[in-house]
Amino acid sequence: MALHAFHGGLRLPGHKTHAGAIRPGPVADTLWLPLQQHAGAANRPLVSVGERVNAGQAVAAPDNDDGRLGAWLHAPCDAEVVAIEDRELPSNPAIRAPTLVLRRMAGSDAGADAGAASMPPIADWCEQPSAVLLQRLAEAGVAGLGGAVFPSADKLSVRRQTLIVNGAECEPYIACDDALLRERSDRVIHGALLLAHIAGAEHILLAIEDRMQDALAAAATAIANHGDERIELRAVPTIYPEGGERQLIQTLTGKQVPRGGLPRDIGVIVQNVGTAAAAWAAVVEGRPLTTRLVSVAGDGVRAAGTFEVAIGTPVSEVVAAAGGYSDRAARLIIGGPMMGVALPHDEFPITKAANCVLVPSEAELGERRPEMPCIRCGECARVCPASLLPQQLLAFARGEQWERLQQHGVTDCIECGCCDLVCPSSIPLAEHFRWGKAMLRQRQRDASKAEGAKERHDARQLRIEQEQAERAARRQKAAAPDAVAAALARAKAKATAAKTVESETSDSESTHTDSREDGA
Amino acid sequence: MKRFDTATAPYLSPPRDVQRVMLLVLLALLPGIAAQLWFFGIGVAAQIILATIFALGIEAAMLRLRGKPVKPFLGDLSVVVTAVLFALCIPPLAPWWVSLIAMLAAVALAKHLYGGLGHNLFNPAMVGFAVVLVAFPFELSQWLPPRGLGHEALSLGDSLYTIFMGHLPPAQTWDTIAQATPLDVVRNQASAMRTLDEIRSDPLFGDFGGRGWEWIANFYALGGLFLLWKRVIHWQVPVATLGTVILLTLPFWLSEPDVNPFPLQHVFSGALVLAAFFIATDPVSGCTTPRGRLFFGAGVGIITLAIRRWGSYPDGVAFAVLLMNAAAPWIDLHTRPRIYGEGRRPDGDAL
Repeated sequence: MALHAFHGGLRLPGHKTHAGAIRPGPVADTLWLPLQQHAGAANRPLVSVGERVNAGQAVAAPDNDDGRLGAWLHAPCDAEVVAIEDRELPSNPAIRAPTLVLRRMAGSDAGADAGAASMPPIADWCEQPSAVLLQRLAEAGVAGLGGAVFPSADKLSVRRQTLIVNGAECEPYIACDDALLRERSDRVIHGALLLAHIAGAEHILLAIEDRMQDALAAAATAIANHGDERIELRAVPTIYPEGGERQLIQTLTGKQVPRGGLPRDIGVIVQNVGTAAAAWAAVVEGRPLTTRLVSVAGDGVRAAGTFEVAIGTPVSEVVAAAGGYSDRAARLIIGGPMMGVALPHDEFPITKAANCVLVPSEAELGERRPEMPCIRCGECARVCPASLLPQQLLAFARGEQWERLQQHGVTDCIECGCCDLVCPSSIPLAEHFRWGKAMLRQRQRDASKAEGAKERHDARQLRIEQEQAERAARRQKAAAPDAVAAALARAKAKATAAKTVESETSDSESTHTDSREDGA
Repeated sequence: MKRFDTATAPYLSPPRDVQRVMLLVLLALLPGIAAQLWFFGIGVAAQIILATIFALGIEAAMLRLRGKPVKPFLGDLSVVVTAVLFALCIPPLAPWWVSLIAMLAAVALAKHLYGGLGHNLFNPAMVGFAVVLVAFPFELSQWLPPRGLGHEALSLGDSLYTIFMGHLPPAQTWDTIAQATPLDVVRNQASAMRTLDEIRSDPLFGDFGGRGWEWIANFYALGGLFLLWKRVIHWQVPVATLGTVILLTLPFWLSEPDVNPFPLQHVFSGALVLAAFFIATDPVSGCTTPRGRLFFGAGVGIITLAIRRWGSYPDGVAFAVLLMNAAAPWIDLHTRPRIYGEGRRPDGDAL
C-alpha cells in the first residue's frame, strides 16, 4: 500500500543515540500525583490525609457527571498519604492544582517492577463486550501515553474500522517508544489486538519511522510470531511531525480528518504504542498504569537513557538516576525540544504525559538571536503540516483581527513549532498562535455569556410587556358602557395605580436597604 | 532543587536569519553584476557603491530618528539589496544625485515611513527607480552601448568624472557616447513602420534580446536558479512572470512575426529577467500565498507587456511591480491555501 505525504514538515536530526536498554527508574521517597493528569476535569481524591495505601490502589477517580469514563489514578507503591496540597503542574508551571503527596513505605519499591497487579485479570477478553473492557481501561487509569493523555476508554468508546498504532516517535531526543518496541514488541502487538477488539476495528496499522530499524525488525518478528493477519507493519518517513495524529492518518490512509472534526469522523482511531502495551497490562494482567517509559536525554545529563519510572516520581530523582546533571545543563524540558514544557526547577513530578526529560546544553539549544520583523518570506507556510499561512496569522494575531485569525485557521494549528524553526526573523510563531487560540476561546466564552444575558433580558422584557398587555386588557374590560360607571372605574383605576406606584416605590426602597445591608 | 531559565517551545534555533537571506540574494546577484560590468564598464560598480553608501547612511539616520537599534537593522543587509537592485537599473554614468534622490525615496519614504523592514507596502528599490525615472527622464535614458559594438569605452577617470560632476568631460558629448537601449530602438523603429527583421539587423541586437543585455539576463537567471535551489525564493513568481510574457506574446508573434517581437526577445530585453528573479520575488512587498504569487507574477508580466506595447516608457517592469505591490494584500486575502481537512467529507475524501 502506498504512503501519502502530508504537507510540510521538517527533517530534524534525531539525537536518539542514547536509546539503549530500558533501565529501572529511581525509587523515590516522595511521590507527587497531580489530580489533573489529562485534559478535562480533574479527578477527585478517594483517600484522605494520613491514610495508608497499597501499591496499585486507586487514589483518585473521575467524577462521571459528564458521562465520560475518564482515567483513574493509582498509588505506584505502598505509601502513606501525607498531604493533598496545591502544587505547580508540570504541564503548565503557571498553574497550581491539587496534588496528592505520598510517602513511600520502607521496603516498597516503586518503579522497579512495572506496577502491582491489583485488579483481577480478564484473561477471556476476546469474549468480553466492549463496555466491560472500557470500564477496566478507565479504572486502570489508561490514557494516551504519546503525550496527549486523553483517557483511552473515552477515545475507544466509538466504533471504528481502522486502528492505527502510533510508533512514529518524531520529535528529536524522545526514544521511549523506540525502546518499548525493541524490547517489548509482543506486548504492543497483543495490546493492539485488544484495542482493535474494543473499538471493533478490522484493520490494524502499526506505524514506525523508517529511521527506527531495530524497532521495525522487532515488531516484524513479533507480528510474525503472533500470526494475526489483521496487523500490518508500516515504515513511515522520518519527517517531523509524522507522529502527529492527523499527519499519520494522512500518511497511512491518504485521507484527511475533516477540519474541525475528529479521526472518528473517518472511522479511524490512533493510539500510541505505549498505550497499547498499558491496555494489555491493565486487562490481561490486572495491572493499573502506575509507571511509564521516560527518555532522559540531552548533553545536560551524564548518562542518558530510557527508564521505567513510577508516575509521581520527582524529575530531580529521574535526572539523578541518569547520572545527574552535567556542567552543560542549560534548560529542563518535559517532552521534546519542539513541543515540550520548560520547567523553572526540577521539583516537578513525572506524570502520565511525560515521555521525555530533556536537559539540553546551550550548544544544543543553538544561538538565541534577537527577534526581527517578519519579512513574509513564507518559509513557515512551506513547512506547516496544517497548510496554514503562519506569516498571515502572525499579522492577524498582532492586529487582533479575530475573524480573520479564525478564518485563516489558527484553531487548526497543531503547535508543532515547525514554523518557528525555519523563521529567519526568529519570531516565536507557535507562542503567538497559542495566545491567539486562547483569546479566541475566551471571546467565545464571553460571547456565549453575553448571549445568555441577552436571552435573560429578552425574556424579562417579554414578561413585562405581557403583564402590561394583560393590565390594559383588564382596564378595557372594566370600561363599562355608561359614563358614570366609566368615570367611577377611571377613578378607581387611578387610585389603584397610585397605590401600585406607592407600593413599588417602597418595595424598591426596601430592596435598596437590603442591598446596603448585604454590602455592610 | 536546581533552577532553570524557561522559554516557550520550540527550543531549537532556526539555522537561517534575515542577514543570511539577504547575503544569499547579494551572492546570487554577483554573476549578473559581473556580466553587466563587463558589458557596460566601471560605471556599474561606481553606481552600486554610491547607492549602497547613500542607502546605508539614510537607513542609519532613519533608524536613529525612529529610536530603533541601528546595529541589528543595519546589519540585516536588506538596505544593501535595495541599493544594489536600484543601481543595476540605472544607466552606468548617471550623475551621483540620481542615486541620492532615489535612495531618499526608497529608504526614507517607501521603507521607514511605512514602519521599516517588513512593513513596506511597495518595493523600495522600485519606488526609488520610479521616482527618478519620472523626474529625470534625460539622465535615466543615457545608456551606453554594450562592449563589442566598436565604440570607444570611456576611461575610468572620465566615467567617474561624469558621475560625480554630473556632466561629461569637456571633450565628449552624449550624442557620440550614449546609445538607445534595444527596447527604445524597437519602439521607435516600429512606430516608423519598419519590420522587425529590419530592426533586428541593427548590431545592437543579439540572438534574442539586445546584444550584451541577453547575456546579462542569462547570468541573472543563473543567480535566480541558485536562489530557488537555496529556497530563498519560490518558483511561482519567476515562472508566472516569464511564462505569462511568453504565452501572451506567442500568438501575436505567430500571426504577424513582422511587427511583433518573438517571445524570447521580450524575455531577454530590459530588466524582465532581473525583475522576475530578484525584484518581483521581494517577499515583503509581494504576495505571500503560493497561488497569490502566481497571480502576482502574471500581473507583473501582463503590465510590463502593456507598458512596452502601449505606454510611453520603453520598459515597464518597475511600474508593473509597484502596481502589483498595491494589489498584493488583497490577493493574499483571497488566495489562502486549503487548510488540512478543509472541505473534506466525513469519509475523508474531497467534497
